[in-house]
Amino acid sequence: MYQYDALDRQLVNERVAQFRDQVARWKAGALSDDEFRPLRLQNGLYIQRHAPMFRIAVPYGMLNSAQMRTLASVATQYDRGYGHFTTRHNLQLNWPKIEDVPDILAELAKVDMHAIQTSGNCLRNITTDQFAGVAADEIIDPRPLAEILRQWTTFHPEFAFLPRKFKIAISGTRDDRAVTWFHDIGLHLKEQDGQVGFTVIVGGGLGRTPIRGQVVREFLPWQHILTYCEAILRVYNRYGRRDNAYKARIKILVQALGVDAFAEQVEAEWAHSKDGPATITQAEFDRVAAHFGAPAYQSLSPLDAAFAEKIQHEKSFRNWVDRNTHAHKAPGYVAVTLSLKKHGVPPGDITSGQMLAVADLADRYSFGELRISHEQNIILADVRQADLHDLWQQAKAAGLATPNTGLLTGIICCPGGDFCDLANAKSIPIANAIQARFDDLDYLFDIGEIDLNISGCMNACGHHHVGHIGVLGVDKNDAEFYQVTLGGRQGNDAKLGKVIGPSFAAGEMPDVVDKIIKVYLENRHADERFLDTFDRIGIDPFKNRVYEGRAHGKAKAAEKEAA
Amino acid sequence: MAQLIKNHSPASDSWSVLQLAEGETPETVALPAGDVIFPLAVWLARKAEIVSCHKRIGLLLQPDEPVEAVAGDLEYFIVIAVNFPKFVDGRGYSTAALLRQRYRYEGELRAVGDVLHDQLFYLKRVGFDSYALKEGKDPAVALQSAFATFGDSYQASTDQPQPLFRRRA
Repeated sequence: MYQYDALDRQLVNERVAQFRDQVARWKAGALSDDEFRPLRLQNGLYIQRHAPMFRIAVPYGMLNSAQMRTLASVATQYDRGYGHFTTRHNLQLNWPKIEDVPDILAELAKVDMHAIQTSGNCLRNITTDQFAGVAADEIIDPRPLAEILRQWTTFHPEFAFLPRKFKIAISGTRDDRAVTWFHDIGLHLKEQDGQVGFTVIVGGGLGRTPIRGQVVREFLPWQHILTYCEAILRVYNRYGRRDNAYKARIKILVQALGVDAFAEQVEAEWAHSKDGPATITQAEFDRVAAHFGAPAYQSLSPLDAAFAEKIQHEKSFRNWVDRNTHAHKAPGYVAVTLSLKKHGVPPGDITSGQMLAVADLADRYSFGELRISHEQNIILADVRQADLHDLWQQAKAAGLATPNTGLLTGIICCPGGDFCDLANAKSIPIANAIQARFDDLDYLFDIGEIDLNISGCMNACGHHHVGHIGVLGVDKNDAEFYQVTLGGRQGNDAKLGKVIGPSFAAGEMPDVVDKIIKVYLENRHADERFLDTFDRIGIDPFKNRVYEGRAHGKAKAAEKEAA
Repeated sequence: MAQLIKNHSPASDSWSVLQLAEGETPETVALPAGDVIFPLAVWLARKAEIVSCHKRIGLLLQPDEPVEAVAGDLEYFIVIAVNFPKFVDGRGYSTAALLRQRYRYEGELRAVGDVLHDQLFYLKRVGFDSYALKEGKDPAVALQSAFATFGDSYQASTDQPQPLFRRRA
């Protein structure tokens, strides 16, 4: 992975000094709350209902074991011994003291980590595929360009005070695993006529107004990505709405102008900077790409005999391999997902002890490196098949081997009303109640692949719109209710789920999910996944079952009246 | 009064901004003598008149006023003031970058309005060279460290047209 040089390190250290000074001036009253707010947000610091929340950047999801150990010690020393991985690869601490944050940043800087631009109306962390560089279906490794983009976004002087936040995702695989259709800019790496470049998608986003992004440029040679992004950002910075925070994302601007007119403006802006100094040089690409070379893989047979034997005889091992390993381009290796979705635990949460265990596993089995996935799990990207059984046993002991990746209980979930000021409703208890209802592993495997995503409010941190089953917390007369969508999906055919009908009370949610699953099981053809059945039979059978016998509309109003 | 910082030191300010009182219009407002910074609308409406009676001319741009409107006029201006009604409104950064990088404006480029310490580094980078620091903000603090927050930068901008990757040893 990328190794900082003296300059990269200097910038991060200077950031620590800057923020220490800002906190001191704020404490002394020289900076007002309003003046301090954007400064602290651009260092990942929120002030929340129970305690501050502090978000640490994990650029494009990559970490080494030393960094993970530092996260563990920071969580122990300055927080309550755990953290939460988000859908954008970052780690959140829920209970730090504001006064401690400069010291936390100093600790992080020692291992080349920071919280730069993890919040605020600025260029945020770049995200990508958790299997970048190792996936069997990869066309081009996105990481060198992700790192080049990271550097470009860091302290960009022109774009530090945008109308709203700005998120870039980059993917280099046939199957999109980076939700690129729902980012402010989504980049698909591809090859055309022997040239490497991007399809540039702009104006996607979840949140309050979910919109699928649109292609602004079919093909852009990679050398131009910084100048082109700069053109997009300049158009957005100048013309994006600033009168209403809910209409300030670039997606609204793209919708208002129409994608063609927007693209024209970008191209006109780009004409001035095209081929200018910010055009990426081959030397710079090579310098950065050298950090992402393949580790020293052994030459192995595609199937390890002892592994094949164990798979046959140990069902629970087989289940785990089936769900939590992913095809690798090097023979005899796999990528492993360490699940942070143990039933009964907040999805994405990890204790300091688990962080240390994960760091040890990475050192032992995967060249000392780790990834965070947007599904809020941890990936060991380069594991030998022959090591899988040992790894599995150790992961199990650490509570990291729940074989539910891609299954109903591998829920994506935001921190929700338990922690977040923005939330309308709690999300973690809903996730845990559904996990408790579906605690039978055989049944889970029988149900098969299904994404259940939960957000505690329409800001959609839990990506509920693209869950096969999406759950959204809403506020109805000061009570917490949950709206259900069906048929959403990520990937190449990413689309938004459809709302099934009126929302439900928290206590109803396990039953509602149960009914949805039953409709699927009763209707599915052999080998049909949930989504296939849904696409074939449509939303009505689900709707009818879920609302069967429930008074709604006029009948419900009458019921209320009577009560 | 805002304290002006110029050439990295406190400076006195000879310029005043023409403010339109209620009922006055760009077409009819009296043009005062001296060093005056004219709002864009006044400049556009009264250009010939202003040029005939003023040797030293200043221009004020609001965040939503496009640089393109004065792209052909830049040689007239000794100072262009870019207003930041709120420091979180970042449009003025693009205004400055365009003035310096695209239209090669070489006169004084002044940030006015909600100008605070912690934005000075970015303001300098995009091409401002004078700053009307908001009233109550200590210029000593600004001068001490705010322009040197970071020793280098990754991106190209006005103050360093070569991105770091073209300068990296």
